[in-house]
Amino acid sequence: MAEPQTHAPMRSPLGRAIGLGSAKEGVAHWWRQRVSALALVPLTVWFVIAVIGLVGADHAAFVAWVRSPMTTVFIVLLLIATFYHTALGLQVVIEDYVHGEVMRFSALLLMRLLCILFALRGILAVLTMALRA
Amino acid sequence: MSPAQRPLSPHLQVYRWQLTSVMSILHRATGIALSLGTILLVWWLGAASDGPEPYAAVQRFLGSWLGLVLLFGWSLALFYHLCNGIRHLWWDTGHGLELNGVYAGGWAVLAVTAALTIVTWVIGISHWTH
Repeated sequence: MAEPQTHAPMRSPLGRAIGLGSAKEGVAHWWRQRVSALALVPLTVWFVIAVIGLVGADHAAFVAWVRSPMTTVFIVLLLIATFYHTALGLQVVIEDYVHGEVMRFSALLLMRLLCILFALRGILAVLTMALRA
Repeated sequence: MSPAQRPLSPHLQVYRWQLTSVMSILHRATGIALSLGTILLVWWLGAASDGPEPYAAVQRFLGSWLGLVLLFGWSLALFYHLCNGIRHLWWDTGHGLELNGVYAGGWAVLAVTAALTIVTWVIGISHWTH
C-alpha cells in the first residue's frame, strides 16, 4: 500500500492526486500483481518440470535436488513470488466479499499473517536442507 | 448506513452463462484453490527438511487416492491459472480485446490447460511406474 504522499510538499495538489484514485494507492496493487505474475510464469514452468522429474524420488534424492544451488535459489524465489502474489490476490477477494470494517480488517490481517508464516516456513525448510553440513 | 436498503443490481442468475464470465469466475476460483495448495507445497518442503520419515509420510499421502485427487486438482488449477493469467497479461498490453479475440483466447486457454494437464500426468505416471 502506498502512503498518501504528505512527505512531498514540493508537489502540487494535482500532482499528488493524479493516478491515486479512490483507494489512495493508485495502480500500485495492480502493477505489483502483474509483476509478480510475470515472475511466476517461468518459475512455475520450471517447478512443474522439476516436480515431474521428482516423481518417486526418495528422501536422499529429494534433498540432493534441493541442495543444488540453482534449485535452492529458484525455490526461494518461487516461494517469495507465490506468497506475494497470493496475498495480493486474496486481498482483492476479501475486499470484494467480506463486509464491515472490523471483519474486513481482521480478515486481511490474518490472511497476510498466514502468507508470511507459510512463506517463511517454506524458505526456512529449503535453506535448512541447502545449508546443512 | 444499512447496505440492504440500497438498490441492488440484478442477481447473477438472470444472466445466461457465457465463456467469458465463466472463465473469469474460474480464474478467481482457481486462485483461491491454489492459495490452499501452497499449504501442500510448504508441508512437502517442511517434511523433507525434517527427515526421511516425515518425508515418507507425505509421499505416502500424496500417493493415496485422496492425495492423487488433490494433486490432480492442483495441477489442473495451476495450469488454468497460468494460461489464463498469460491471457490477462496479454490483454493488459492492449491486445486481443475485441470479442473474437477474447473468445479465441478463451478456447485456446481451455485447450492448452487440458493438454498440459494430460501431458503432465502421462509423463508423471510413466515415471512413477518405472
